[in-house]
Amino acid sequence: MSAKPLPRSLAENPRLDNWIAFEPDRRVRLMVGKVELGQGIVTALTQIAAEELDVRPERLRVVSGDSERAPNEWYTAGSLSIEVSGASIRLACAEIRRLFLERIAADLRCDPAEISVVDGRFLRGQADTGLDYWQVAPKVDLARTATGEAAVKHASEMRVVGRSLARLDLPEKVAGAPFIHDLAPADALHARVLRRPNPGAQLVSFDEAAVRRAGKDVQIVRDGDFVAFVGVSESAAKVALAAAERTAKWQGGVQPVADAGSSQRLRAEPTIDQVTEFGAATGKKAARVHEAVYSKPFIAHASLAPSCAVARFANDRLEVITHAQGSYPLRTALSQWLKLAPEKIAVRHHQGAGCYGHNGADDAAADAALIATRLPGRSIRVQWSREDELSASPFGPAMAVKLRAELDAESRPVDWTIEIWSGIHGQRPGMNGLNLLPADALSDPPPPPKPHDIGEAGGGGATRNAQALYDLPRQRVVHHLITNPAVRTSALRSLGAFANVFAIESFMDELAVLADTDPMAYRLSLLSDPRARRVIETAARMSGWPGKGGEATAQGLGFARYKNRSGYAAVVVEARVEEAVRLSRIWCAVDGGLIINPDGAANQIEGGIIQAASWALKEEVRFAGGRVASATWDDYPILRFSEVPEIEIKLIEAQSEAALGLGEVAQGPTAAAIANAVARALGARIRDLPLTRERIAQALLAG
Amino acid sequence: MGSAFTLNGRAVDVDAEESATLIDVLRHQLQLRATRFGCGLEQCGACTVLVDGEPVQSCTRLVATVAGKSVTTLEGLRRDGVLHPLQEAFLAEQAGQCGYCLAGILMAAKALLDRNPNPTRAEIATALDGNLCRCGAHNRIIRAVARAAAAMRGSP
Repeated sequence: MSAKPLPRSLAENPRLDNWIAFEPDRRVRLMVGKVELGQGIVTALTQIAAEELDVRPERLRVVSGDSERAPNEWYTAGSLSIEVSGASIRLACAEIRRLFLERIAADLRCDPAEISVVDGRFLRGQADTGLDYWQVAPKVDLARTATGEAAVKHASEMRVVGRSLARLDLPEKVAGAPFIHDLAPADALHARVLRRPNPGAQLVSFDEAAVRRAGKDVQIVRDGDFVAFVGVSESAAKVALAAAERTAKWQGGVQPVADAGSSQRLRAEPTIDQVTEFGAATGKKAARVHEAVYSKPFIAHASLAPSCAVARFANDRLEVITHAQGSYPLRTALSQWLKLAPEKIAVRHHQGAGCYGHNGADDAAADAALIATRLPGRSIRVQWSREDELSASPFGPAMAVKLRAELDAESRPVDWTIEIWSGIHGQRPGMNGLNLLPADALSDPPPPPKPHDIGEAGGGGATRNAQALYDLPRQRVVHHLITNPAVRTSALRSLGAFANVFAIESFMDELAVLADTDPMAYRLSLLSDPRARRVIETAARMSGWPGKGGEATAQGLGFARYKNRSGYAAVVVEARVEEAVRLSRIWCAVDGGLIINPDGAANQIEGGIIQAASWALKEEVRFAGGRVASATWDDYPILRFSEVPEIEIKLIEAQSEAALGLGEVAQGPTAAAIANAVARALGARIRDLPLTRERIAQALLAG
Repeated sequence: MGSAFTLNGRAVDVDAEESATLIDVLRHQLQLRATRFGCGLEQCGACTVLVDGEPVQSCTRLVATVAGKSVTTLEGLRRDGVLHPLQEAFLAEQAGQCGYCLAGILMAAKALLDRNPNPTRAEIATALDGNLCRCGAHNRIIRAVARAAAAMRGSP
């Protein structure tokens, strides 16, 4: 008996036929709950299945994120798709392969070990048996529970895993129209929704006559403060909405103050506090104490496409097409909200633009679903505007992080405290109340979410990577949970790890300065985990650490193991600081254990680095007059082509280790490496993100 | 109101309202949906098409203003079912993640290579500065454009 528990996805969807079906045309259907967000997961999971089944990857056809035809794997989030879904598919496919071998061996009266598989055909020794999966499939019942006991391939036997298979979805993306936005059902009506300017705002009035004049034959769907304009053309809905926006009068609600995301404001908010301790105090007396407070603002997902959804309600059944990260959780939320049994709702994933967490996708799906139930029998296509996307989607919470170290005479920590002020990182639909934007606008809104963040078992929300991986005698983590309903927050790539790693790794550099030691050497003197040491040493070698320097130029280092249990990443940044920060080069070493697709992994890591650099240098949701004031790309700039440096990625050879999630490993280390390079180039430390021109000027004046 | 122009090498004549934008006519009236809507404010480049060879953001461009001109969209890059060298290069470099920005970037890159067949990294980056990519595929995209340029020059 295997003592190891099954990975969560397989434990919750244990039947082998939940995952794999053999289709007549020598194809294999792989069914997964995880969805393609641009991260290449469908390609990687295809490789894993192809590897364990011993079929060519081209034979696989993937059904993903369909609540009627794919397993329930909750959300595509947390860098868990390879760790959990991949591990589940690997075990399920290994077991399916073994069942087929046993069946054939029984028929041929031989030992299963004599049978091998080549692209789905079974050989006995070197001889073709004339049998393949498709012929034998009727005789093998996959409607059985997985045991997880079949041996999976050893890394040395792998042929498909570990290879840079080209992305399966890219050809259509360079030549066609594969996005949810491109769906055009013949019976479609186009809808636009009037957004409330701030949470809880009530609609006093709008000029309905003006709306009807503007949008020809537009229907108005209204319930409480939810107002949608539905027309036969997208432009009719659009001009109707514009007329409504021009004439709408709102009152009340909770309004974010202009400095809602500032370090000072965050630390003055009412909070719910929790203290966790790791290790034990040494009782050693401190020679000195060092303290510093860091912060990051609210950050927008800023997906390149505004959210979109299509829903149709007919014969008491609701079908929703969405680019949300979790089809089943969305189905559950819609079921509770619309009081419709879950089996009467189908939620199907269709690709949208890149998604880095809980953005507007669920809300747009809820918009479409609500309108569809009011206008049955037609497909309702909801398209958000750019302004909606940058202001109505949930934001990544602003955070303040204070570090305090008591140091011995050699400036080694004898005691350590991290204090975190943050809003909630986990408010996906169903996680913490309903949290669907249109639901809150109805005359009968659902109860507000309870103030609660993701627990430690889920990797923590604000406390993700709060515990430093360094050899510290005692660490205290103080979590101040801010419950600020004026700003709607939820999961954004790496959650609290971005701010915590930025803070811890900035602080490590500050301690190294106090110890008069090179920052890399200082870290290594406090780090016994060999895999952690290896990524740092590798990144240092790649970059020629500490670099030659030069006028206003320096290298900076940042390190973390994501969630302290996923992939390891060390990032070195070379930056030149004049009026603004200019990134010259970036190097990154990652240990992600078994790498399924090296090029896909490198693509994810590099994308994470560039996105984190954009957050660290430029991004900040701003508020004015009680509402979001950064609703266009001009007001919410992100990194552009000419600002992106050349980046070198090295994946550490560790193919015999378990596969570790790596899609978010670089976020925190990149921000810290930039901040540390800037501090060294400038001779002054900036502890609040983003590292804008204004903050550089202030630091220079103060210095 | 009628508007006649050349679209991907073929003459079209569309009947559209005076206020109709090029992107709406392409996507809804002509069913060419590879041109992508991103912001509607000429700030992201997702909707870039070529008008007489120049990159133009189709989200604000009124269709009436392209009358008599030649418009090229992503659908027009392919010739006789064969991918354009830019498309081939983007696949070879695996230049993309979500891919939403790629249609506009491919068109902006085509305009660049048509006037500068051997651009430097900096020239490619500058030419694409009006196009946003949120996933961080920038370096791959720059390499892909350079690769396509080399292929189109006939050098290895």
